[in-house]
Amino acid sequence: MHKTPLLDQLESGPFPSFVKDLKRLAPTKPQVNDLLGQLERSYKEKITHWKHGGIVGVLGYGSGIIGRYSDLPDEFPGLEHFHTMRINQPSGWFYTSQALRELFDIWDEHGSSILNMHGATGDIIFLGTRTEELEPAFQKLTAKGWDIGGSGSAMRSPSCCCGPARCEWSCYDTMEACYQLTQEFQFDLHRPSFPYKYKLKFSGCPNDCVASVARSDMSMIGVWKDDIRIDQSAVEAYIGGELKPKGGGANVDKLDVQADVVDLCPTQCMWLEGKTLKINNKECNHCMHCINMMPQALRPGTDVGCTVLLGSHAPILEGAQMSWVIVPFMRMEEPFDELKELTANITEWWSEHGKNRERVGELIMRMGMRAFLEAVGLPPVPQSVRVPRANPFFFWHQSDFEAEAEGRKYHTTK
Amino acid sequence: MSERLTDIGPPHYSKFLPPVIKENYGKWKYHIIPEPGVLIHVSETGAELISVRVASPRLITTLFARELCDIADKYCDGYLRFTSRHNVEFLVSDKSKLEGLKAELVKRGLPKGGTGHSVTNIVHTQGWVHCHTPAIDASGIVKAVMDDLFEYFGTHQLPAQVRISLACCLNMCGAVHCSDIAICGVHRTPPKVKHEVLRHLCEIPTTIASCPTGAIRPHPDKNLKSVIVNEERCMYCGNCYTMCPAMPCFDEEKGGVALLVGGKVSNAKSPPMFSRLAVPYIKNDPPRWPDVVQTIRRILIKYAENALKWERVGEWVERIGWERFFDVCEIPFTFQHIDDYKFQAYDTYRTSMHFKF
Repeated sequence: MHKTPLLDQLESGPFPSFVKDLKRLAPTKPQVNDLLGQLERSYKEKITHWKHGGIVGVLGYGSGIIGRYSDLPDEFPGLEHFHTMRINQPSGWFYTSQALRELFDIWDEHGSSILNMHGATGDIIFLGTRTEELEPAFQKLTAKGWDIGGSGSAMRSPSCCCGPARCEWSCYDTMEACYQLTQEFQFDLHRPSFPYKYKLKFSGCPNDCVASVARSDMSMIGVWKDDIRIDQSAVEAYIGGELKPKGGGANVDKLDVQADVVDLCPTQCMWLEGKTLKINNKECNHCMHCINMMPQALRPGTDVGCTVLLGSHAPILEGAQMSWVIVPFMRMEEPFDELKELTANITEWWSEHGKNRERVGELIMRMGMRAFLEAVGLPPVPQSVRVPRANPFFFWHQSDFEAEAEGRKYHTTK
Repeated sequence: MSERLTDIGPPHYSKFLPPVIKENYGKWKYHIIPEPGVLIHVSETGAELISVRVASPRLITTLFARELCDIADKYCDGYLRFTSRHNVEFLVSDKSKLEGLKAELVKRGLPKGGTGHSVTNIVHTQGWVHCHTPAIDASGIVKAVMDDLFEYFGTHQLPAQVRISLACCLNMCGAVHCSDIAICGVHRTPPKVKHEVLRHLCEIPTTIASCPTGAIRPHPDKNLKSVIVNEERCMYCGNCYTMCPAMPCFDEEKGGVALLVGGKVSNAKSPPMFSRLAVPYIKNDPPRWPDVVQTIRRILIKYAENALKWERVGEWVERIGWERFFDVCEIPFTFQHIDDYKFQAYDTYRTSMHFKF
């Protein structure tokens, strides 16, 4: 066993310790012993000892496997190859113990027995195996109904919140939408042919539990168009203090409905008449604050769908972006044809114009929103901007003059 | 080969849903959080599902994961799920099994929490355990920070939920840029070009194009078939290294941690916000990064003491002003805090008289 005096200091403390866990495998898995040894070395030297990845994979796929090699293979032979396999997770990360054990059996046989539940994109991450184990592991996975996920310049494994499976706020079926879009784009998921990565995330409401606005190129966030559903007797119970704010999840036991809910409404669209809560729903901007505060009294409406937002990515390269609204409302019903078509149109335009390693949000910044909207056939809508431009440097296209000549006020795509 | 299955995608989730979810799919009416780490969802039909949330280190072994399965078998008919923040949730349909489950979790040292106004699990990346570009480790810092903030994981004592995230370099696989507190690994060394290997490993045009600040040029000595770096323009993103392994930008002494604060993704009250730079650099100090841990604690305590009810970290800072934030958290303001990167920079300069002394 390698000595790990620095890592050993991470065994104590109340939060579960990965070091304690990994050490249990060291006696039976030489590669895990070596992993601890190399990690100790990194702790001492404050530098990584993984080499730049190489191209490895399973037959016919260009993604889902990330090549990983130690730069100290002589000292840590178990890490000579230590590739990652991404296993596409089921919607909402629901499992049965039986299904998980089948996965672990495969990983115990063909890999290091170390994994992440889950990776940043959402996949199950199997960490550490040799090139020759990839194909046999893959075949066993598919035989049990699992497939590997995306990596590189591909569609990445879409992910979603638990949606209608366990949440009263979900405005569409995030679980089924995620599943169907994943199936629709299997080819693009496994064969990288985009300029860079393309992530889809599905959140059921504007609380956005899967951080789709920050972490996916295309963010589908549930929204309603009609009235917030109100149970006035429950409102009274919140006023009376019988019900706790946020279902009991707050540091405050008694809700002051006027101060904590009505006065904090960002659009000032609600008020109390005695113990009755009134909402001018037309002016509501779907922020979720009142609903979060009083989950037993308020629920989103029933005329539901999603808002499609586009473009978010981490700071590489042009600085971080959040997704912005491109379709304020899309009905989300099976088989989700409108979303599938929009996704295909966007990735096609991006594939045609994007530079190598240019995310779709960056391409739109470079080419302009108008070029994008016209290419994918979306009309200009005020919901897509926070404020209109402040400068007078706007362009006129021939199509605008033609529209004028035809007696129309302006040109639009729809 | 005709037997070989491909492109089957993930299994359909319906195989993994407990009967109470199948029967009440889309019919949930409300939820309560009777104690930290326990959620009860109530359906329009009156049915209830209890979810018990516990911490997981994310980087786990199949031994640990099989223990989770054993627990799920004993108390949940085998049903469990994971959350978007790496927590595990045991899905209990039979109310009478709740107390037994809670006792078992205590016995096994699996802390319950991460609900409501807590510091929930830290979303994070791989770090030194598996990545080729990290400036810091991930799992070790997460363990150190969560050990220190443990009292906030299993309680609801904060003004709002606090989401901490970690990315081990600024490529940000963890996309931590909208977190209440973001821990980001930073390099501070321009790439050292290995001329003798570059010509064999890298395409020169893609290497040059990979630099967001245009700092890379062809080497003036054409015989070398390599590139040179204008070091003054380099902000150490490592993007060239990702494209070209002959340009490592690691340094044992100069890598470290930056902290950004005040981001969120939820739309509640205020729109989603980016995290903003609070501390540009804290040196790498494994195995427990005490400066990082203490600085995060200080920010969290000041937030807890000073925020109004329901205010997220970013909402608190916006209300008091950033100058006041640096003041109360005793964090020095430096040149590094002033944005000078491309189109976002001007947006951050103050054009009003609305500031404090």
